[in-house]
Parts: sequence; structure tokens; C-alpha cells
Amino acid sequence: MKKYSAFSLFKNALTNNKNWQASWRDASPKSKYDAIIVGGGGHGLATAYYLAKNHGMKNIAVVEKGWIGGGNTARNTTIVRSNYLCKESSLLYEKSLKLWEGLSQDINFNVMFSQRGVYNLGHTLQDMRDIERRVSANQLNGIDAEVVNAQQIKEAIPLINTSATARYPILGASLQRRAGVARHDAIAWGYARAASELGVDIIQQCEVTGIRKNGSQVTGIETTRGYIESKKVGVVVAGHASVLADMAGIRLPLESHPLQAYVSEPLKPVLDTVIMSNAVHGYVSQSDKGELVIGAGIDSYIGYGQRGSFHTIEHCMQAIIALFPNFSRVRMLRQWGGIVDVSPDACPILSKTPVEGLYLNCGWGTGGFKATPGSGWTFAHTIANNQPHELNAPFSLDRFSTGALIDEHGAAAVAH
Amino acid sequence: MLLIKCPWCGERDETEFSYGGEAAIKRPLKPKDLNDKDWADYLFMRKNTRGLFLEQWNHSVGCRQWFLVERNTVTYEIISTKRMNSDALNSEDSQ
Repeated sequence: MKKYSAFSLFKNALTNNKNWQASWRDASPKSKYDAIIVGGGGHGLATAYYLAKNHGMKNIAVVEKGWIGGGNTARNTTIVRSNYLCKESSLLYEKSLKLWEGLSQDINFNVMFSQRGVYNLGHTLQDMRDIERRVSANQLNGIDAEVVNAQQIKEAIPLINTSATARYPILGASLQRRAGVARHDAIAWGYARAASELGVDIIQQCEVTGIRKNGSQVTGIETTRGYIESKKVGVVVAGHASVLADMAGIRLPLESHPLQAYVSEPLKPVLDTVIMSNAVHGYVSQSDKGELVIGAGIDSYIGYGQRGSFHTIEHCMQAIIALFPNFSRVRMLRQWGGIVDVSPDACPILSKTPVEGLYLNCGWGTGGFKATPGSGWTFAHTIANNQPHELNAPFSLDRFSTGALIDEHGAAAVAH
Repeated sequence: MLLIKCPWCGERDETEFSYGGEAAIKRPLKPKDLNDKDWADYLFMRKNTRGLFLEQWNHSVGCRQWFLVERNTVTYEIISTKRMNSDALNSEDSQ
């Protein structure tokens, strides 16, 4: 694989860009692998990459039902941050954020990680108390965080409505300056390219239809492209986690919901940071192309169709206009949905299972994108060593019977 | 937006309703006999079905009754709605 560089850009420009190599090998399935990752989204590809890079496993396949980067990796609002309240989750997301900081160099692919800061707004006294608490907790865990007041917000973001007479006045915010956004497609393409380079087979258009076991040991997967043998299978399929787990006879504490996102027509630069608000319930940033990238909450019902209801869109737009009245005449360009697997404590499951050799990475709910590198890093460790990394040990499937839930619901600066 | 037929009030917009998730989850009759795994199963584990799914909805800004909806979770098509009573729940049980 030829390395991407300024020189390679220049050289290929001279030949009308006709000589670029394909970024990864579109492989056909072999009959046997040392490990199979089900799901070719960001998390699955990252897992395969770190299995190869950190753990020296070379005979690995990623099987994907559709195409690389066509699922939630391509459907999120690209926000990356680590300001979670609970120690377990903040350390996992911080590991991820640290990996983001060096990722473009590591995988030789520009993931356009832009640390433009994330503001989580507070609109009530209780919001501000929660923000103070979370910022303090972040600082104790070595994560950058600060509390800013309404005037500081107004100075940084001139268009925001900080009027004291607003229906939900902005009183302040938490600010994580190292947080930001990244190019969502690039993370899938970059990890796919880097994993393929290390020998990982990336198999698209290959849907898993069954999981074969011998006693309590997994032996392989049935797919639409035939049976593939492996004693280690990692399932990383987000919204379809329950469907795959059911094939192995495992029940999961997940519910899959549609989560919608939206982009506006392109505007000149108006917003150089990320704004999130729980109280009015919406989040917005501006992409490099100039579009406002907007998201809000999930649709209430269980849904596997990658679309949601119109009133959810309306609710989201109301929230954004409450924060930015100037955006009221901006036209929305596109809207889409992804399927998010929500767990009872709003925390992921990165875990071994009762089936030997079967590993689960799911339950990221509405906020998995930011965790892509850390998720892959720790899940690869779990698969390679058959035991969890210290960072993902608390995120076991067992926690629902031991009671050791990690209560991020309503505490994570995030609008669930 | 879904158009949901409340068995009491007729067809109304989704915004009048709130969602109650999977239907026919039975509260354990002998709680003292349950181990931690059984409790986890009752409290947290869900079918999360892809396809035809029996769920409960509440007409929260209407008659405030809970009722059952059979819905396709892929196409979102509502197959039927019915009043919540033991007959309706037991017929699900026997499936």
C-alpha cells in the first residue's frame, strides 16, 4: 500500500488522479480464520486493526452485511468528547479521545479530527449544579473541563441567544476544549485501509445468518457467502446486536431505536465549535463544507427502519432555533436515521459472553462514534486475550445481574 | 409520524401517545425464588424483535389507557391494536 502524503497528492495530480490504488482489498471469505469480526462499521474495523497491530493476529476477517461505512459510522453527528461523569466511562472515552489525537498519523489517513471544543449548555440552576459536579469529576479523572458563564459563551459564539428573557435562558456551560468533531466516513475508510494493509480480510455484502456452536464453544458463522470457521467471533453490529445475540441464544438488555440527524444547506462559517443542550434537547456544529450538522433525541419506539418520525424532526429544529434564532430561515438539506442500541444504564457492553469465544461490543446507544478508537482498542484486547482490558472490564454483560450498573443516564452531559 | 388506532378513542397521531416497550413481560410470581440472573432477565433483558412485535402504548394525552399494538419494527406498519386484558396477553404467551 502506498503511503498517503503531500508528495503522493502532487504526484497523482500530475497523472490526472488516475493511478490511485484502491484503499483496501475487497476480499472473498476463506474457509477459516483465527478471529472474525461481524460488522464493518468503525468499531468493527478498529477492532480488526488493533487485533492485527497490537496483538499480532494476521488471519482475521471483518464481515459486513452491506458496505464499509454505510451504517451508523456514516450516520452520526461526528462529535468526539470524553466529559462523562462516571469514572468507568470517562476513562474509556478519554482513552478514545487520546487515540483520536494521534489517529491520522497512526493510520496514515486524515480523519480531520478538529478539536474545536464542545459546550454543554446549562439552562436551569439544577443544570448548572450538574455541570459543576461533572466538570469537577472530569478534572479529578485527569480530563480537561471547565465551567463557563453566559457572557463567555456569548463572546465565543456571537450568534447564540443568551438573552435572559429566553424561554430557556442559557446560564452557563461546561466546556471541553480538547473535544470536537471528526470526519465520520474517514474513520471507516482509514481503519479499513490500515487493517487491510496488515492482512485483514474485509468482506462486504456478507450477511451473517447463524452462529454455530459446539457445546458452549463458538465454532463459526453461517453467512450468505457460506460457512466460515473460527473459534473467536466478535459481534460489533450496533442496532442489530440483539438479532445476532439471539442466534447464539443470548438475551441482551438492549432496545434498538431510530436516531435521526440532519444537515442544512451550506452556509458561510458561523459556528466554530460544538453546542449541545439537554434542556432544549439538540446539538449542532458546522461541517467544513458549511452545513449545519444537527441532531437530537431518539424516536421513542423500537425501530429497525433507518428513519424516524416527523415530529422528532420538528422537536429538534425547535431546539436549535431556540439556541440560534438566526438559523430559523436556514433550509434543511438532508435527514436520515440510524439504529442505535440503547442499554438501561446508557453504557456500552464490551464483554465476553456465556458462549466461549463469542464476544459482544454493543449498547453504545446514541454516542458510539466518539468511542470508535477506544472501543476497538479494548475490544481487540478482550478478544486476543480472552479477558477484558482494565478499561472495559466494568462494561461486562454480567453487570446487569451483579447490579454494578454504570449510571450514566442523565449524568453524561448527553441528551438521551 | 405513526397513525395509531387507540382501541378506545380511534385513530390519533403518534404525538398523543407514549411508548411502553415490550408487552407481556410477566412479573415473577415467586420473587424470593429468583436468583440474580433471573432478576436481570426480568428487569433488563428484552426481545428487541426485528419484525413483528407486540408492544404496549399509552394514550397519554387522550384517554390515558394502556393498550397493545402489534407492529412491524422494520416497516413500522401497525398490524393491529387491542385493549389490554388477560385474554390478549395470554394469547401472546401461547405463541
